[in-house]
Amino acid sequence: MGVSGQNLKKAAGKILGTIPGAEPESQIDAWWGLVILTIVVTAGLAIFSPDPYWRIIAFVSDGIWVTIKISVATFVLTLVAGLIGGLGRLSKNPIIFGVSTLYVELVRGVPLLVQLLWWYFAFPQIIQTLGRTFQIQALITYQANPELMAIIGFVFCYGAYMSEIYRAGIQSIPRGQMEAARSLGMNYFQAMRYVIMPQAFRVILPPIGNEFIALLKDSSLVSVVTVTDLTRRGREFSSANFNPIETWMMVALLYLILTLISARIVQWVEKITRIER
Amino acid sequence: MAESIIQIQNVHKHFKGGIHALKGVSLDIAKGEVVVIVGPSGSGKSTLLRCINRLEEYNEGQIIVDGVTLDTAANINAVRRDVGMVFQSFNLFGHMSVLDNITLAQKIIRKRGKSEAEEIARSLLVKVGIPEKANFFPGQLSGGQQQRVAIARALAMSPKIMLFDEPTSALDPEMIKEVLDVMLGLAQDGMTMVVVSHEMGFAKAAAHRAILMDAGQIVEEAPPDILFSTPSQERTRQFLSKVLRH
Repeated sequence: MGVSGQNLKKAAGKILGTIPGAEPESQIDAWWGLVILTIVVTAGLAIFSPDPYWRIIAFVSDGIWVTIKISVATFVLTLVAGLIGGLGRLSKNPIIFGVSTLYVELVRGVPLLVQLLWWYFAFPQIIQTLGRTFQIQALITYQANPELMAIIGFVFCYGAYMSEIYRAGIQSIPRGQMEAARSLGMNYFQAMRYVIMPQAFRVILPPIGNEFIALLKDSSLVSVVTVTDLTRRGREFSSANFNPIETWMMVALLYLILTLISARIVQWVEKITRIER
Repeated sequence: MAESIIQIQNVHKHFKGGIHALKGVSLDIAKGEVVVIVGPSGSGKSTLLRCINRLEEYNEGQIIVDGVTLDTAANINAVRRDVGMVFQSFNLFGHMSVLDNITLAQKIIRKRGKSEAEEIARSLLVKVGIPEKANFFPGQLSGGQQQRVAIARALAMSPKIMLFDEPTSALDPEMIKEVLDVMLGLAQDGMTMVVVSHEMGFAKAAAHRAILMDAGQIVEEAPPDILFSTPSQERTRQFLSKVLRH
């Protein structure tokens, strides 16, 4: 490698040093290389060939926000749903265990797209039918909000996967931790809150991060149920301008930037929560 | 001796899978008494110990600790507050510093303030001989140090009774003494202790009574020097000949 190449690497390393997760002493790893490459290609296309690339970005930008909004909202709610489901799967109470197991098995066996279609098309009809049966005006005129239905569908589905992650994480903490906490007089919830969950959380952080990235990508499915996310906006642009090659390449690049950055954020959170040894 | 603080009456324990781990064990332990339980593995000695603070449920009989019968959840939590337990595998909370390990339950169960809890924790660390380790994490300590922290953590709750479940079995030989010294100190302070351990030296130095368990029953009980030197039961002789050989 030439001198200029060395210098470039050094300069890039300096910049990366200011970004959490990329230590100044470390060389640029392949992942950061990919992030930079993707951003450079995207920016390059937008700057040097603004028509159509900048137009595409401008057109789909509101879709980017919808995608991020749906992903983040779903993710936060899924963390709660998964905790409840995970504790249910560990419950000694046969009813709670049975219900949560049924939920997990049911959801995992049905494709996400079918679930989303059910929540958007079937669920509102059920509500309306119930309204007619019991003569409740508010239910008869019920109209589904696409974004809300999409989020509900996602939380329902990803909550099941998250339940299994929580269950595995909690089970990975040695029994002795619970016994030690209980022997000090803590009740089940205190032991969970102060002893088990803080440790389980560190175990499940990598799979949870993966779930977020999978969720971000799967969020493109909501375009089918009339949510104007990044994918749907891309489709609108493409069919109005007859340039599928450019549009879908740009949409793919934008998704790639989102997922690559998310992956880095996940790594960074893992690093700052690591247990000192 | 003084009045009994632990009364175990005809306790039976069946594990799932049909193992009859305790077959009608009865035992009274007096306030301030130090009892050492020995026996082959699978004899039910750890199970019996774990029944005393209900980490293990029993199927028959009853256990009364400090006048409280272990039956309801509230009862059990109340008893556990007053009964310290030390485990073979230490079971320190790995995500917390030594100081936080010792103050956590003080704060949330005993409702002590932060400064009071820390003061107690630090004085206990002095007592177990590692005051300089307060801000270390369990993973940074040796086994002997971890076990001493575990003892300090249990003592921080100001327990009336201390249970030890093979506290030195997971330790390297040179660390056993540092833990036994702490336990010896506790015994001399008059703590009621039930110890499952094969440390004959500790038993002879500190225990008032030694008990041999086998196959879920108490085979023999006597002062340790008598039990270990002139046991009356053949089963005890058999066991001791195997243990004392090395």
